[in-house]
Amino acid sequence: MAEPLVRLRDLRTYFYGDGPVARAVDGVSFHIDAGETVGLVGESGCGKSVTALSLLRLIRPPGRIEPGSELWFEGKNLLELGEREMRKVRGARIAMVFQEPMTALNPVFTVGEQIAEVVRIHAGASKKDAWKRAEEMIQLVGIPSPEQRAHEYPHQLSGGMRQRIVIAMALVMNPALVIADEPTTALDVTIQAQILELLVDLQRRLGTSILLITHDLGVVAETCSRVIVMYGGEIVEEAQVRDLFASAHHPYTEGLLGAMPRVGERRERLTTIPGTVPPPTAWPSGCRFRDRCRYAWERCATEHPPLYQIGAGHVSRCHLADEPERRNHPHEPLVAQRTAETTGGVAR
Amino acid sequence: MSVLFIIVLYLLASFANVLAPYDPNAQRDVVVGKENPPSIQHPFGTDSFARDVLSRMLHGARVSLAVATLAVLLSATIGLGYGLVAGYVGGRVDALMMRLLDAMLSIPRLLLLMSVLALWNPAPLGALIVLLGVTGWFSVSRLVRAEARSLRQRDFVVAAHALGARPREIIVRHLLPNVLAPVIVAATLGIANVIVLEAGLSYLGIGTREPTASWGSILRDGSDAYGTAWWLMFFPGLAILVTAIAFNTFGDALRDALDPRQLPGASAVPSSEDADIQRTLTPQRG
Repeated sequence: MAEPLVRLRDLRTYFYGDGPVARAVDGVSFHIDAGETVGLVGESGCGKSVTALSLLRLIRPPGRIEPGSELWFEGKNLLELGEREMRKVRGARIAMVFQEPMTALNPVFTVGEQIAEVVRIHAGASKKDAWKRAEEMIQLVGIPSPEQRAHEYPHQLSGGMRQRIVIAMALVMNPALVIADEPTTALDVTIQAQILELLVDLQRRLGTSILLITHDLGVVAETCSRVIVMYGGEIVEEAQVRDLFASAHHPYTEGLLGAMPRVGERRERLTTIPGTVPPPTAWPSGCRFRDRCRYAWERCATEHPPLYQIGAGHVSRCHLADEPERRNHPHEPLVAQRTAETTGGVAR
Repeated sequence: MSVLFIIVLYLLASFANVLAPYDPNAQRDVVVGKENPPSIQHPFGTDSFARDVLSRMLHGARVSLAVATLAVLLSATIGLGYGLVAGYVGGRVDALMMRLLDAMLSIPRLLLLMSVLALWNPAPLGALIVLLGVTGWFSVSRLVRAEARSLRQRDFVVAAHALGARPREIIVRHLLPNVLAPVIVAATLGIANVIVLEAGLSYLGIGTREPTASWGSILRDGSDAYGTAWWLMFFPGLAILVTAIAFNTFGDALRDALDPRQLPGASAVPSSEDADIQRTLTPQRG
């Protein structure tokens, strides 16, 4: 098998603030093949975005990628590159699409200038050639009358169009990998679908790999072939998309799926996962999800679960893989019990 | 209003040699021409050397405005550079640069200027400009640094990094244009400040040197005879006052006009797209 485009080995990104060390990303390993779309899923604060920024080495002090982490991309360990070589990777080989198209564009330059700038930085093209390329890209991302739009400022465009421009900026150098950090979260639902379609379409045409970061499993189902679920700074489950939807193993993934509406299913309310992600300065011992888990038992408190192999290309960080019969005995999660106590034992 | 006044002032100063009815430094017959009150020939009167005060004031406007403008330009440039670097680099470099700034800020500007000018006497006009410039950039620099620091966290700056931009490109293309507005405001207000400061120094006799006229030095010349010749202090004093007010008003107006919260794009006003959605979400009645 050919070497994948990206291979992360034991990525650990810690933040050294005033208090205890925040282990935002704590030993993440995965790979992305060329031309593949991988979803990275999890709720806020579980380490998705830090993983993305680490891939581009954009972590600023007090944050730091710990020694021992490996970040292989196109046969090079990015962590060993100098800043100058790293700049040649950013934007040219790995590009990023940000969440907020409102703020991801510089308000004082026209969108054409901003796309052209990327071309000038990396290809050393003349102003005229860069501008022509910018117009082509604006056309490619489906904005009508690109000659005219290129001269407009970000505030003159709608949110959807701005995000198309951000995508154009990311793709202009035809990178091997695009990291899309919640590219549709800030957009209206109708626009979301268009942007996703655009990303998938461009990916097919240009053969780019995409790492799609999202908390929306619906988005993953539509666009990705493989999905990685993160929780508490580590991977808790990884599977092909259809396997994940058909037979999610980890209770956290189960919870995420339960929190998602489905067509053809009548439910009064969507289920929620009680509690919140613990702070990265104090991950619980054992399983990091146990407080919020419906199945947690003694073993979960003492033994940090490894990634168990569930099926082909399907792994899960849950002791249920070892003791599957436990799944038959769900109970109220610990956090829910605690809330019940503090609110005077009101039963739900 | 203030803009108009400032434009007229600059025009008057630029064309002083054409507009001034007399040579500002020419002395006429001292016996009959000394300390004449305002008249048709001499609208602002003449001074104790029988020089035409109006001509002196027009030429003085040139000096006062040139000194103030150039000094502020210099301090704004230094302040921008220093602030941008400190704000962009951050961390220990920033902390060090800011402490250095605090140290310099703790030296009273007027006292520093007075002591330097008292020792270097007479100082050429260029030196006066440089001195006023290098003692005036601290507050601009603080402002720029604070702006740059907050911009540093903004998505488009992170995005520029992610797209492989060099630090220099990020500072020049992404930070500089976005901090310019408050700097322009601060510089305009700074001009008023420097005009008054220069007038003060010249009044004390350590600013512009005789016989070169500046508003401050005209004021000084007049102070010897203020009991008998009121016009010698009245007109330059009025000019300084009104000019300072004009620049301050203009600065305030600029601040309102350039307020980033009122710029389109950064506004909280919903776009037409949002308004459409709003309409579809609101149930139709009737």
